Amino acid sequence: MKKLLMASAATALIAGSASAESHANDVKLGVILGFTGPIESLTPSMAASAEMAMKEVSDSGKLLDGKTVTPVRADSTCVDAAAATSAAERLITSEGVKGIMGADCSGVTGAILASVAMPNGVVMISPSATSPALSDVEDAGMFFRTSPSDARQGQVLADLLIEKGLNSVAVTYTNNDYGKGLADSFSSAYTAAGGTVTGTAAHEDGKADYSAEVGALASAGGDALVVAGYVDQGGPGIIRASLDSGAFDTFVLPDGMIGAALEDTFGSDIDGSIGTVPGTESAGASKILEMATAAGFNGEGPYVGESYDAAALMLLAMQAAGSVESADYAGKIMGVANAPGEKIYPGELAKALEIIADGGEVDYVGATAVEFIGGGESAGSYKEILVEGGKLTTVAYR
Amino acid sequence: MDFLNAVVALSNYVVVPAMAYGSQLALGALGVTLIYGILRFSNFAHGDTMAFGTMAVVMVTWAFQAMGVSIAPLPTALLALPFGIAICAALVLGTDRLVYRFYRAQKAKPVILVIVSMGVMFVLNGLVRFIIGVDDQRFGDGARLILSARDFKKMTGLDEGLVIKTSQGLTVLTAVIVVAWLYWFLTHTRSGKSMRAYSDNEDLALLSGINPERVVMITWIIVAALATIAGTLYGLDKSFKPFTYFQLLLPIFAAAIVGGLGSPLGAIAGGFVIAFSEVTVTYAWKKVLVYLLPEGLEPTGLVQLLSTDYKFAVSFVILLIVLLFRPTGLFAGKSV
Repeated sequence: MKKLLMASAATALIAGSASAESHANDVKLGVILGFTGPIESLTPSMAASAEMAMKEVSDSGKLLDGKTVTPVRADSTCVDAAAATSAAERLITSEGVKGIMGADCSGVTGAILASVAMPNGVVMISPSATSPALSDVEDAGMFFRTSPSDARQGQVLADLLIEKGLNSVAVTYTNNDYGKGLADSFSSAYTAAGGTVTGTAAHEDGKADYSAEVGALASAGGDALVVAGYVDQGGPGIIRASLDSGAFDTFVLPDGMIGAALEDTFGSDIDGSIGTVPGTESAGASKILEMATAAGFNGEGPYVGESYDAAALMLLAMQAAGSVESADYAGKIMGVANAPGEKIYPGELAKALEIIADGGEVDYVGATAVEFIGGGESAGSYKEILVEGGKLTTVAYR
Repeated sequence: MDFLNAVVALSNYVVVPAMAYGSQLALGALGVTLIYGILRFSNFAHGDTMAFGTMAVVMVTWAFQAMGVSIAPLPTALLALPFGIAICAALVLGTDRLVYRFYRAQKAKPVILVIVSMGVMFVLNGLVRFIIGVDDQRFGDGARLILSARDFKKMTGLDEGLVIKTSQGLTVLTAVIVVAWLYWFLTHTRSGKSMRAYSDNEDLALLSGINPERVVMITWIIVAALATIAGTLYGLDKSFKPFTYFQLLLPIFAAAIVGGLGSPLGAIAGGFVIAFSEVTVTYAWKKVLVYLLPEGLEPTGLVQLLSTDYKFAVSFVILLIVLLFRPTGLFAGKSV
């Protein structure tokens, strides 16, 4: 009875707002980020960036015959799933948002998706949830993310090694979630691509001496050693012990190991080692920085570009579907994000809307060179690093 | 050829590192065993005494480096060692004057002194961290390697390389010199003889006119020297971090007890027993076995008995076995 009452009340509300002339031309988008909690220092810029994209679209007056976009903020808290789901519930049932830009942290994102967004059939694009677990989650085609899964780097690294002809490696990882996750995703991708992982050993950060760990890895053998650790923690100790004992002289270095300290410590001793680190050569990255500065917020923070892209993709998909309803435009998101079509950078949303309205196709590149793969997550772009003459040099983007 | 490769691989990953580590433990255990034999208590502050002495050496080394003094290819730390020993000796003599002498005058039971030494341990612990910080400090300089893997391979034509670090060579050499000197001191000098007499029978020694305060002072100075040398060698070989010195307490005590508390010879043997056990149990034997075994019998796994994370468990287990079955240790020291 209660549910029926609420449902009819909600219907009345929606009907009421639909009839009001002033609201007919307005689309509300939810912005659910952790405005309080562990990442509260990052979220203001992220929200500002997403709202900048919405404003750009509103100002152009080209979205579905001049609709305007209004952001509605809500607090995900980053850690409290109950608070986040009730905030999302409010956005959908009482504010009537047509899509959600968010959430931020992986845990609350999964919770909102499972208990609010999916049951209500509302599209969610997260700018910053990177847990590999979200790749396999049941989402009915409603969930996307503009940041790559943590597992993605393992895949990229594995492909790189196979291309370079390194077909057997030993792996050591720093004993925490980051190291373990990266080592696991790398190992499975590498083995699937035909490589052999000769041995895997964890290392604890902050030890005086890693010769025992390196001894075990040397016994396993391999063409190179993958060091999934930190450049200011145990990583250099592992490399030093490997060089000293002559166990390995080529190293594979994921993002945690790429840093200037590496050049200072080892110089040309590790020439020929390769690595990957997130990064893009896309012109979008500098463009978003300019726009952020002009709008008066910090564009250098993490996930600022991803937030802009998340909001922009949702709006472009609406234009492509000719509808603001999630069920209609969810299927169009992959289409506007990927080739073929005219490449779209930040600040060119008006142009994109026009192209779509004229029946053309767009390939949204955005601030972070968005390319969706698989279940609607960003492929991410990585810099391929080679140590040459004691310097970390970027040789390619992938 | 395969056999030689196996021997070289074994030397590179087991024998050489264990020799160096064993020497460091032996020097540490000698200090513990001297205190136990002469002052009659287990000095839990020994690990942190090592940390303090090493810290002094590190600071003097930095000063020398800043002044441009160097004895390359040897590490500057060797030059700083006497200064470090002097500073460390001043510290332990000060502690003795402030703390231990009070309890000695009261003829306190050994167990009380053990607890007191724990208190001293915590104070030193804090003092070292306060002065130099909790982070890793590197102070080694000079040539890093005596023999590099590449040179060795070129020289012998073998597939396996043998590496000897300068710090490893220095450690073993220094340990031999120090142990030989200590042996000579204890058996051939008046002071050494009076120390042994005091250790064997305190009352009889006092009756024959040995000055107990002098024996205690000499003991502390020797212990400070041993601790500083052991700590500096460990720091040169690995790196200096206060926490790892605190952790060294367990293998050092295990070494002293395995050898027999109060027996200098036992401490040395114990140090090597512990070091070789730790390294061999946590080493992955695959490489050596692949060389030795005929084709087809080669192991597919790593043949590693215990993950390197459990290195300290080895000292614990050996300690337990010795205490259960031979409480006086290998060289029949005093029962614990």
